[in-house]
Amino acid sequence: MLVLAGIAIIALGFLLRFNPMLVIAASALVTGLAAGIDPLAILAAFGKAFNDTRYVTAIYIVLPVIGLLERNGLQARARSLVGGLKGLTTGRLLMAYLAFRQITAALGLTSVAGPAQTVGPLIAPMAEAAAGDAHDPEKVKAMAAATDNIGLFFGEDIFIAIGSILLMKGVLEGYGIFVEPLHMSVWAIPTAIAAFAIHGTRLWLLDRKARRA
Amino acid sequence: MIGLNFVYLVAGITFLAFAILSLAERRWANTGFYGLVATSFLGGDWLGDIGNGVLVLALVAIAASGRMKRRVPAGEPAARGAMVFVPALVIPVTALIGTFVFKQFPTVFDGKQATLVALAVGVLLALALCYAWLRPAHAEPFRAGRALMDDIGWAAVLPQMLASLGAVFALAGVGEVVGRLVGVAIPTGSVLGAVLAFGLGMALFTMVMGNAFAAFPVMAAAVGIPLLIQAYGADPAPVAAVGMLAGFCGTLMTPMAANFNLVPAALLELKDRNGVIRAQVPTALPLLVFNVLLLWWIVA
Repeated sequence: MLVLAGIAIIALGFLLRFNPMLVIAASALVTGLAAGIDPLAILAAFGKAFNDTRYVTAIYIVLPVIGLLERNGLQARARSLVGGLKGLTTGRLLMAYLAFRQITAALGLTSVAGPAQTVGPLIAPMAEAAAGDAHDPEKVKAMAAATDNIGLFFGEDIFIAIGSILLMKGVLEGYGIFVEPLHMSVWAIPTAIAAFAIHGTRLWLLDRKARRA
Repeated sequence: MIGLNFVYLVAGITFLAFAILSLAERRWANTGFYGLVATSFLGGDWLGDIGNGVLVLALVAIAASGRMKRRVPAGEPAARGAMVFVPALVIPVTALIGTFVFKQFPTVFDGKQATLVALAVGVLLALALCYAWLRPAHAEPFRAGRALMDDIGWAAVLPQMLASLGAVFALAGVGEVVGRLVGVAIPTGSVLGAVLAFGLGMALFTMVMGNAFAAFPVMAAAVGIPLLIQAYGADPAPVAAVGMLAGFCGTLMTPMAANFNLVPAALLELKDRNGVIRAQVPTALPLLVFNVLLLWWIVA
């Protein structure tokens, strides 16, 4: 029971608005100690896992190129490009991006798009330009980032070699249950369709609101 | 073989450049943080487990000190022609093509990491193109990149921290304990109760941990395997797949998933740092209901 103190620390630390980095470190220490693990062994386990997961942070290598291009008017260009297209609305643009993100993620291409690669430099400014004065720019930018996440999450599990599928296979095997990755990835399709339907409806409603404004 | 080692070399040099540029402006905390991240990328494999643990403690100390500074606003951007899109598109296009091409040469490239390697190659190509065409000062791309990095700050390593916390949780046997508790809470023989516990548990635990990967082993051990699969005889593959997707609905609703929810808000310079989460909740909740219903249909 005591090992659950770590979960309580995460929830409490977040509610009290402590720095999340500090909260995570405290939770790891308390959880480890409660399970009777030696403090040095906790530090070693944490350090090893941190070193093994560096690929998560490697995505920031795109920032120098994106930063330089932004200083050379990338966002303004993206805006003027959309301004020249007649009939392109925020909703339609984001719906097309949602489909693109779901399909590429389903093919295992999760890193071709993302907040740093595509949303910040291209999609958000385009969506803003398409909105004109009809929407709050803050809301449009947030919706662009949300669309990127939703497209990624509910597309990637259709790909058989994605991390989450491999994790599930590994966990189930630990209990002597053997499953084919393809069998799991097929079962990601209904939710992918539902995600497109639900988020697409919201985007369609966004356009309808703009027309009435 | 060219694999993550190459990606980590590029990332290490990038963060080293961020650190040196911060040092030149006497932004000490930023210098220390980026310097440590560079050390992790370049030398993490030689530090040993304890050494890496100490490095993490130093990162935590800098982040918690609250001394890392946000970006210095740059001047108005220069106006360029439509050509400015080309380097931006080189990165995803190279990642796309490279993913397929690199897999044809399994002796040269690590096929499992093809996309990340291709992404790094794309970044280098785009950078070369920028230097040749825009002729910026040598450090200019890194200065501009560092400005974006300053806005992200310590949130950049939060996903790595959560993954490591998950490793400690596994070591301490948190999953088994949660399983015993949940087992007591569900009325015996209630299929709907078990489905609700699994689906909503995945979402809630993901919100706490910021990561469905951390929630899955816990909830599978607690409810998915003993009740849904073994007691009620449900097909394991769909139970696992849909349970994971229920967890993803939780990822959309939590600030702990910093890389998906807080980092974009910083990159887009939103005034409300939870703005992206607010935009996601109205999609995440109905989708969670859909996933729970789908699970129920699979099990019943």
